[in-house]
Amino acid sequence: MDLQIALLLGQDGIVNGAIYALLALALVLVFAVTRVIFIPQGEFVAYGALTLASVQAGHTPGTLWLLLALGVAVTLIDAPASLRLGKARFFKLLGWQAIYPIVIAALVLGTAPRDWPMLLQILLALAIVVPLGPQLYRLAYQPIAEAPVLVLLIVSVAVHLALVGLGLLFFGAEGSRTPAFSEASFDIGGLTITGQSLWVICASALLIVALYIFFEKSLYGKALRATAVNRAGARLMGISTTLAGKLTFLLAAAIGTLSGILIAPITTVYYDTGFLIGLKGFVGAIVGGLASYPVAAAGAVLVGLLESFSSFWASAFKEVIVFTLIIPVLVWRSLTTHHVEEDE
Amino acid sequence: MKSYRKSLFVAVLASFAGTAFADINVGVVVSATGPAASLGIPEKNTFALMPTSIGGEKINYLILDDASDTTTAVKNTRKLLTEDKVDVIIGSTITPNSLAMIDIVAEAETPMISMAASARIVDPVDAKRKWVFKTPQNDVQMSTALVEHMTSAGVKTVAFIGFADAYGEGWFQEFSKIAEARKLQIVANERYNRADTSVTGQVLKIMSAKPDAVLVAGSGTPAALPQKTLKEKGYKGAYYQTHGVANKDFLRVCGKDCEGTFLPAGPVLVAAQLPDDNPIKKVALDYTAKYEAAHGKGNTSTFGAHAWDAGILLQNAVPLALKKAKPGSKEFKAALRDALEGLKNVTVSHGIVNMSPTDHLGFDQRARVMVKVENGDWKLIK
Repeated sequence: MDLQIALLLGQDGIVNGAIYALLALALVLVFAVTRVIFIPQGEFVAYGALTLASVQAGHTPGTLWLLLALGVAVTLIDAPASLRLGKARFFKLLGWQAIYPIVIAALVLGTAPRDWPMLLQILLALAIVVPLGPQLYRLAYQPIAEAPVLVLLIVSVAVHLALVGLGLLFFGAEGSRTPAFSEASFDIGGLTITGQSLWVICASALLIVALYIFFEKSLYGKALRATAVNRAGARLMGISTTLAGKLTFLLAAAIGTLSGILIAPITTVYYDTGFLIGLKGFVGAIVGGLASYPVAAAGAVLVGLLESFSSFWASAFKEVIVFTLIIPVLVWRSLTTHHVEEDE
Repeated sequence: MKSYRKSLFVAVLASFAGTAFADINVGVVVSATGPAASLGIPEKNTFALMPTSIGGEKINYLILDDASDTTTAVKNTRKLLTEDKVDVIIGSTITPNSLAMIDIVAEAETPMISMAASARIVDPVDAKRKWVFKTPQNDVQMSTALVEHMTSAGVKTVAFIGFADAYGEGWFQEFSKIAEARKLQIVANERYNRADTSVTGQVLKIMSAKPDAVLVAGSGTPAALPQKTLKEKGYKGAYYQTHGVANKDFLRVCGKDCEGTFLPAGPVLVAAQLPDDNPIKKVALDYTAKYEAAHGKGNTSTFGAHAWDAGILLQNAVPLALKKAKPGSKEFKAALRDALEGLKNVTVSHGIVNMSPTDHLGFDQRARVMVKVENGDWKLIK
């Protein structure tokens, strides 16, 4: 192993780590605000990448039908309550859950998004997949928002399995790739850096900064933080925990989908790719104790580097090495923190 | 008069019940979901194209999905045997599942035709495996073809990168054995996972060993990743893949990075390019025509053809077994097993089958060809 190989491995590890970091942030965010361990986080990665790929291949992405179906379900469930709260509420519901999916569907079916410029295709993929996040929250988690963490975890497993199954139905068993955002590559001292890997790192960094600004400066961000710190207290201050939950899932879905779109040109994405990526993000999040954003992000980059170097030295044991990282971290955390039983 | 009618009615009913009882029930276990779905789905689709009667008897195909999971495969097999009382089992798609099913079919004394690759499924033919047959070529046959091609192309050193599972491990064992015998040196042996997003580490290790050629032992689209990464990092040697990649999606995902890749495959992959005097051509083209009529042009895969071949074996063996016993009986199952073992010169889409009490696969050299990827399509090389 010489310096150049080490540099190449380091570069590869950081690019993968950047994606894991995004997912780790989303997992920490969802857990902090809603106490849900969001196993389906990875599915948004796969859905995002595969929706973009099928749009580019000229197929109608199956996620579009899921968006329509979940929209109808949410409309039917929420219509009576929203009517009681007034016409404006009802029309807002109708607009987001019924008219929005129909408009998107009309756009996909009526025009030929295959010929659009890539940026618009990416926006379309985001527009299809991201709303699934709040819809899932409404249907799967909101009715049991006060349940113990274990129940929420079990629901997460169920949602994950359902989404993976739907993914196989929508996209088939074989994977897809999308064209790179830029074909550019730079040669620095014998080290080739592709444009796409720069895209991944820059987009991740930008997203992390944007999240920081959102949580520090905006009212909604502060409301989410307040809910994370103390649910009951935030409620007493007039912050709707339902709104916080939906907003969190919207952010998590957006982060997941964007991660998928970013990695689709680097690697082949399958309907079930997301789970493993999400799991590695989860290892990062565990390093941060499911609470600290910077430590989670650092942990995720560590996972990426560890993965890259272990694939060089002992490729057959790569996953073993990566997931074994959890054990010393858990030992260290349980020795240094006083655990308080949270279930009230 | 009335009672006469009544008894006629009963007689008609009874005759219906009689035919229903005499139906031949074929239990099918495929991996239509889970990691092996890209193999299992074309297999599952193929059963819908199979004849609905053999030798005048109606055939029922009872298809269960095992989700690429060994426990589910075993559970499904038990269900088919005890609840549905099937006469024969076809399945499963992958080796671990098929191996686990051997004990159960042997216990129930029911013949089974596996669609998985490993030679261990039918070799050696012992008291249990006596009930088991299979249609895909053994890995060893494919490895021999690969090593032959490599040595004649002047390849002296080769690097191996395969799935970190039974598929990659099985391939490495077979391949290394033959390579050693033919003085082909394996300079790197790497593993990766189907769902991996990066194989940079493995590829760098392979490149630092400077092999003349690289063999990727993966199946379906995941096998494209190492090759794409090798190309990206500037590897200039020859590329070899296994027959596990022989479907259209692999070409779609791998694109121009796979031009010039060599692989061994069943003749069905390049059926149209086979010489006209090859008996396999007609059978293989018949299958591709049927499959493409139902599922679109260019969508045939060699995996579906393994299921089709299992169907051809049954079409040849069932009429012989029907002469000896009624379907649904223990004797019929035994007769079917004997008939399968006695099949000679049966042309299937992957080759020509000559079964014997020691060989429950029955393929010879005609069951494999070398194929090159050229202009985004498979090209038969002589």
